[in-house]
Amino acid sequence: MTEIIKISRQDFIKTSAVLGGGLVLGLHLPERESLAETAAQPTTPILPNAFVHIGSDDIVTIIVNKSEMGQGVYTSLPMLVAEELECDWRAVHVEAAPVDPVYNHTQWGAQGTGGSTSVRTEWDRLSKVGTAAREMLIAAAAETWSVDKASCRAQNGLVIHTSGKSLTYGQLAEKASGMPAPESVQLKDPSEYRLVGKPTKRLDTPEKTNGKAVFGIDINIPRMLVAVVARPPVFGGKVKSFKSEKAKEVPGVKEVVQIEPGVAVVATNFWAATSGREALEIVWDDGPNAGLSTTGMREQYASLAKTAGAVARKEGDPEQTLTKAAKQIAAEYEVPYLAHATMEPLNCTIDLKPDSCEIWTGTQFQTGDRNAAAQIVGLKSEQVKVHTTFLGGGYGRRANPHSDFVVMAAHVAKAVKKPVKVMWTREDDMKGGYYRPMWYDRLAAGLDADGNPVAWRHTIVGQSIMAGTPFEAMGIKNGIDGASVEGAAEIPYAIPNILVDLHSPKIGVPVQWWRSVGHSHTAFVVESFIDELANAAGKDPYEFRRKLLTAHPRNRGVLELAATKAGWDKPLPQGHARGIAVHESFGSFIAQVAEVSVNPAGNVRVHKVVCAVDCGRVVNPDTIAAQMESGIVYGLSAALYGAITLKDGKVQQDNFDSYEVVRISEMPEVETHIVQSNEKPGGIGEPGVPPIAPAVCNAVFALTGKRIRSLPIRAEELRTA
Amino acid sequence: MISLVVNSQKHTVDVTPDTPLLWVIRERINLTGTKYGCGIAQCGACTVHIDGKAERSCQIPVKDAEGKKITTIEGIPENHPIKTAWIADDVPQCGYCHSGQIMSAIALLNEKPQPTDADIDNFMSGNICRCGTYQRIRHAIHRAAAVMAEGGTK
Ligand code: FES
Ligand code: FES
Repeated sequence: MTEIIKISRQDFIKTSAVLGGGLVLGLHLPERESLAETAAQPTTPILPNAFVHIGSDDIVTIIVNKSEMGQGVYTSLPMLVAEELECDWRAVHVEAAPVDPVYNHTQWGAQGTGGSTSVRTEWDRLSKVGTAAREMLIAAAAETWSVDKASCRAQNGLVIHTSGKSLTYGQLAEKASGMPAPESVQLKDPSEYRLVGKPTKRLDTPEKTNGKAVFGIDINIPRMLVAVVARPPVFGGKVKSFKSEKAKEVPGVKEVVQIEPGVAVVATNFWAATSGREALEIVWDDGPNAGLSTTGMREQYASLAKTAGAVARKEGDPEQTLTKAAKQIAAEYEVPYLAHATMEPLNCTIDLKPDSCEIWTGTQFQTGDRNAAAQIVGLKSEQVKVHTTFLGGGYGRRANPHSDFVVMAAHVAKAVKKPVKVMWTREDDMKGGYYRPMWYDRLAAGLDADGNPVAWRHTIVGQSIMAGTPFEAMGIKNGIDGASVEGAAEIPYAIPNILVDLHSPKIGVPVQWWRSVGHSHTAFVVESFIDELANAAGKDPYEFRRKLLTAHPRNRGVLELAATKAGWDKPLPQGHARGIAVHESFGSFIAQVAEVSVNPAGNVRVHKVVCAVDCGRVVNPDTIAAQMESGIVYGLSAALYGAITLKDGKVQQDNFDSYEVVRISEMPEVETHIVQSNEKPGGIGEPGVPPIAPAVCNAVFALTGKRIRSLPIRAEELRTA
Repeated sequence: MISLVVNSQKHTVDVTPDTPLLWVIRERINLTGTKYGCGIAQCGACTVHIDGKAERSCQIPVKDAEGKKITTIEGIPENHPIKTAWIADDVPQCGYCHSGQIMSAIALLNEKPQPTDADIDNFMSGNICRCGTYQRIRHAIHRAAAVMAEGGTK
């Protein structure tokens, strides 16, 4: 998911010429429905009219095909258009794209947001869209004035002639929409950027501070009912029998229906629906997963880890070198299942009519959701519309490969035949599966007499995320799910003999990508174990890494920057220590230095995190800082608290009291430093997460001498009084 | 029938008296700025002011709110220093928690016009932000406190 395919200029020119750009700058927003027709034309990767609209009122509406879940795409993507369009930034409005192939992810063949790819994949397309529109505005002005285009320039929402006369974009919009699209476009040199690369205020902040931002849970359509669903307490379970009389007595409850995953209680409001659900009497058939338990799985994983798995990377002769090495180090690591726990619990509203279906939801995966819903309600995909609302957090959960929360709502809508909002309580959300997989790792390494690592062996055990999804063929090659070994197979350290292998046991717990996917696990393991090697070699963990990264200047660059800014060599207050970690993910390089203390009860306190990031070319530096802060808190919650465990097939956590997360009182001071770079853009929503757990655990080791090899960190292990 | 005063407006609603105030505000009065996050007083997303104090509306049966002065995020003036500070610091990310954060922050400043970091930590710990905007929340509260000390609009 991390490779970017460049849209060829050839394709763009072809498309623009074919479509003539006729709708680029209409007076009115193009009817969204009509887009379906244009999209039916073969190979239309770029359709400027789908992304920019300029009204006679000078308002520039930019239609964003990515979901805004906090990562700032409703600002960063419009910035890319506006930069080339030369419009007035204050006139920019954002609208969520409908589902249409024209809005497909440039690599996925479907519309979706994830893998920290939005800026990386849209940079070229949106820059070209903005340029084409600008050129057409200039052409319209030149024709109006009967002057040469070369004597006109665009600036801040105006086309200005050398004589000094000017017209606004709004005045030119209608005429410009009839201009032919330019045959070729010349993008700005980054040195000419006036918006991109500058700290820019988010466009969505005002509505997120006055309660007006509309999330899926806020949708209210006429005659809408509210439903909750009682689902099997064990994954894969089924309803054996149920009694609904008492539920139906609850005032407000309208209907109780059995649907595919359980029993839905449909009511006039949420409280009636949940009260009705509590009154249900259901006998469940727990099915084949009734005996699942975390302790049992752990044993299974630990013994699997002692056997050879599918080889993800092999270089040299690690086994031989290992046995002959002057010093051998071995360790086992483990991390648990994690819930995404988005602040807004899952929900989906559907208005199903005989020949149409409208869906309102905060989703990261519009095409998949639309197709899945169509199949269930028995309509064609084109008859199903998806309205993407703001997402109250996504972190991967709202890109479900099976569209679980939309599918469930579609089942309910089909059964009740009325507009219905299907809501998940926090408990439903937390127990509902699709977790970050639990992982078990077994490692061994050898050092030569000078303390240089000569061999590295890493066996990984954990469920494949891609297996059993529509992405299986794409994601699994030679028995290796790339997401299982990312960040482990391609460790950057100069070690001549390497073996990384993988076991992918099939377990009945639904798993999914969780902010930074495989990296959330592999960075912890690799960056902790390399710290163990540094210690075994008697070397400073920063210098040890630095020396091994000579061939990887960007990893080394952020490592040095973080260490310098953190004052790696400078003394700290008594009882504090620093730890460091560096990791590449999603095309970006991040190093973090964490400063921690541990109280006598064994509780870890993270005081400060210095973060260095090299994500190539930057759109909005303030968003990058925000995403680093965000990723650090998200990863710290996992390091300090996160664990979903199972007993007798049932998930043991259900709300924020049993699944704790970092609160403001535990917030470290975060300082972010961005490397100036002209490299191609990297992702930013996820890469802040992976380094924090190892940075913190390495600091704990530096302070206490205790190596944390299992997350979350347990106070019992660090208690001194 | 239960009558409520929300943002200085009177509403009469026909609901089961034990319905949490949160759902009455969201589903009957149609003020959806107040959010549901946990339903068990753990997250603060549902925070409103009742007679000026920050309360978790998911925990208050609507009958207990009768006759009291209820303020939701929609009742906070646009020029309130907390709101302008939130915008100046670009605090929200997904934004879902921020109605609750802002309602808590205003209540904090009502109690302690010049809060220390420790005061903020104490008062705001009941408000979870999964996007991790805490550093900016802290900064924006200090910013608003400074504006209010200089006599900015309250
Ligand atoms: S919803 Fe009330 S505190 Fe979480
Ligand atoms: S901004 Fe997303 S939960 Fe706070």
